[in-house]
Amino acid sequence: MPDPMKIRANVVGDSTEVRVLMSHEMETGQRRDAQGKVIPAWFIQNVVVAHNGKPVLNAQWGPAIAKNPFLSFKFKGGAKGDKIEITWVDNRGEKRTDETVIA
Amino acid sequence: MQNMRRKVLKSGGAITVYALLVAAGWLKPGDAAAQAWNKNAFEAKSLDEAMKAFGGSPPAQSKDIAFVSTPDIAENGAVVPIGIASSIPKTESIAILVEKNPNMLAASFEIPPGTEPAIGTRVKMGQSSNVYALVKADGKYYVASKEIKVTLGGCGG
Repeated sequence: MPDPMKIRANVVGDSTEVRVLMSHEMETGQRRDAQGKVIPAWFIQNVVVAHNGKPVLNAQWGPAIAKNPFLSFKFKGGAKGDKIEITWVDNRGEKRTDETVIA
Repeated sequence: MQNMRRKVLKSGGAITVYALLVAAGWLKPGDAAAQAWNKNAFEAKSLDEAMKAFGGSPPAQSKDIAFVSTPDIAENGAVVPIGIASSIPKTESIAILVEKNPNMLAASFEIPPGTEPAIGTRVKMGQSSNVYALVKADGKYYVASKEIKVTLGGCGG
């Protein structure tokens, strides 16, 4: 099981700012190990952020996203106590969902 | 549990298992759709190829796309902060492309109405290169670019 995401969601004015730090290797598939064998690509492909069950951001990622990916964005609305749920799926089909409440 | 698993296997086929998992709520049927990943776009080696994969016409240069908290010089190519904000009305998606990476497209974000057309993330850059911010708004594509110098490459190594 991959490590949990660190999610922060704060009300800023009339919007909610969401910042996420995920724990993922994000291997590019370009690197070689000590034996000269290519290390297979392993990266997050899809990220969905939902606010009270309604998607507010939908992302597709390639292996060029940095290791332990960071993501920040804002959406209109959102109140203290609302639920933010984030799910990622990587190219091995592994997935992780974490949730937090807006502070 | 062990018995249950035998039964599931015997009663046949992956379809049954899938149906059971869906029924049990372990898998949502929508998951397959959520996993849509534009393989052609992510394998594109040029902006033209990426545009073909997106199914769009060549993008127009736009001054309404800004790079925010993005450095001119990145010391470490493995972690380059990129922030893109679009002030084009009806922005539907924002994509980040790094010209000299093995595959140009780094990420694409769908922006539903209500979400501000501004995102921040971190990408890897193999070498100094132009970074493109490709914005789709009201069905049309717009692009802005910024050159980022990389002191230490983030790919290979």
